[in-house]
Amino acid sequence: MTAPTPALRLRGVTARLGGRDILRGVDLEVPAGTRLGIVGVNGAGKSTLLRVLAGVLHPVEGEVGVADAEGTLVDTHDLRSRDRARRLAFVPQEEVVAAELLVGEMVALGRVPQTRPWARGGQDERELVVAALDAVGLADRIDSPCDQLSGGERRRAVLARGLVQQCPVMLLDEPTNHLDVAWQLRLLELFADRAETLVATIHDLDLALRFFDRIAVIGWPDDRDPAGDPATVVAVGRPADVLDPARVGAHFGVGSIQVSNPRTHQTHLLIHPREDQP
Amino acid sequence: MSHGKRQRPDRVRRRLPFWPLILVLLVLCLVSVVASLGFGSERIPLGEVVSAVTDRFTGEDPGRWDVIVWELRLPRALLAVVVGAGLAVAGAGMQTLVRNPLADPYLLGISSGASVGATAAITTGVLGGLGTYAVSGGALLGAIGSAILVWLVATAQGGLTPLRLVLSGVVLSSGLSAIASFLVFLSDDTRAANSVMFWMLGSVGGATWEKLWIPALLVLVIGAGMLALHRWLDALAAGPETAAALGVNVAALRSSLFVGTAVLVGVLVAVSGGIGFVGLIVPHAARLVVGARHRVVLPVAALGGGLFLLWVDVLARLAVRPQEIPLGVVTGVVGAPLFLLLMGRGRYRFGGER
Repeated sequence: MTAPTPALRLRGVTARLGGRDILRGVDLEVPAGTRLGIVGVNGAGKSTLLRVLAGVLHPVEGEVGVADAEGTLVDTHDLRSRDRARRLAFVPQEEVVAAELLVGEMVALGRVPQTRPWARGGQDERELVVAALDAVGLADRIDSPCDQLSGGERRRAVLARGLVQQCPVMLLDEPTNHLDVAWQLRLLELFADRAETLVATIHDLDLALRFFDRIAVIGWPDDRDPAGDPATVVAVGRPADVLDPARVGAHFGVGSIQVSNPRTHQTHLLIHPREDQP
Repeated sequence: MSHGKRQRPDRVRRRLPFWPLILVLLVLCLVSVVASLGFGSERIPLGEVVSAVTDRFTGEDPGRWDVIVWELRLPRALLAVVVGAGLAVAGAGMQTLVRNPLADPYLLGISSGASVGATAAITTGVLGGLGTYAVSGGALLGAIGSAILVWLVATAQGGLTPLRLVLSGVVLSSGLSAIASFLVFLSDDTRAANSVMFWMLGSVGGATWEKLWIPALLVLVIGAGMLALHRWLDALAAGPETAAALGVNVAALRSSLFVGTAVLVGVLVAVSGGIGFVGLIVPHAARLVVGARHRVVLPVAALGGGLFLLWVDVLARLAVRPQEIPLGVVTGVVGAPLFLLLMGRGRYRFGGER
């Protein structure tokens, strides 16, 4: 039996921003059909890793690959930008939304990779936008100016733009930011449903443990003094294995315990201050 | 699952429907061009203007106004429309390229570079071989030179990003303005200073049919080119990261936008001097009435800019007859209050946050 072709693959990747190496020696495979959660402390390089996977940041070293329509792994940077954006939908973390665009117009930008640059959006485009906005609970705001949305609504609208891109692989940078608890789970489920492969960065370790089927931890080996050192992927695997108390303690500096919810029997991760610290 | 519902309904931003607006602007432009032919140092009644225009088509004997209308005022009116339209389109492009609401077509140092070239032509008499085209030729060379300089500086520092373009454009602009002033200072000719200043503030007074077709063609071609990329421009306006994620080749699009606006503005400055304000306010006014998508902004801004500059030129001819005021003076005096008024009425954000 041969291993299935990964949807995404990084090999020996070093990524540099502003003259400083953020990530070094990153190897990562994302099998098609998985939901991969990326966790790590602030500044570890989660967003950088996502941008490298999305092909919008060129690594200074190493290879970035993505499965094409036939399932063959190709170099992401060999693809034309447009073809890449038809395979990979990437929704950046914070985005200054052009204030003069209406919500529907902003979401329709997600059709850019699928249409000619001179095309006038037709009725089918409008229907896709309506459906995506409906899925994120903003159908009635389609003709509102973007600047009249709240933080959470804006986040959902930008994510809806990722939906109309209709890609098999979706890369979301902190999709749950600004969202209330109900929408956090609902949106993650929505994207897992629409995308064949989903990769997202996330801070909520409990949500990460419950939702994803693989977790990658970005950090520094042995939790050495990270001052200026590039980070790397220190662990990948099943959430319950990867997020064990020792690793959570080493990389996040907190104590944790995995407990079973007596009602749903789902495993939860509870965070508490470390005992050895005052 | 229950979610809190909003209490306040959104304030609807009123927008004008696109096609009717385009139609109205087109008709206004046509009517205005004909109407404007009556105004000038010599007032021609409208009926005479119309017959002077139609005589050419019907083959009747040219009347007494034929030369003034056909050889002087019509090319001038059309040049005003072309320059206004071009500046508005270039301004919209520049605002998208550097993602800055304060950007105008001259941001890349093009007008300062042009003024160095024009000043050199006026004060030193180089390019004298070009005859009446010496000033325009000098301006064009200066404009191209400064655009290349800004390109080289920005690229050497890592790419055509908004911040680098704005900074290198602003710095080179002031450097070049200083050189232009120095050339005037060096010159013994007192009239030179005067004509340099008049040139820099802009005029379409020198319009002839021969001077009209290159700028007209460029406005059409570059305007159409930008319109053909309207979706990519929308994506670029949303941010470079977003545009890249949406499959837009950001570096290539920025380079094309840079070259397109630089060529367009360089030629416009060469034929009409540095007319300010049109390229800054008309794109904003267009966004205010039809929204921010380039597909609607570019045509509305082009027609609006043409119409605006046409009437600005009429005003410039009439205000202190028989003298003509430089167009840059009129655009500033008329444009600033007009724009403040628009700004106060619409809840327009200039692409920014509240």
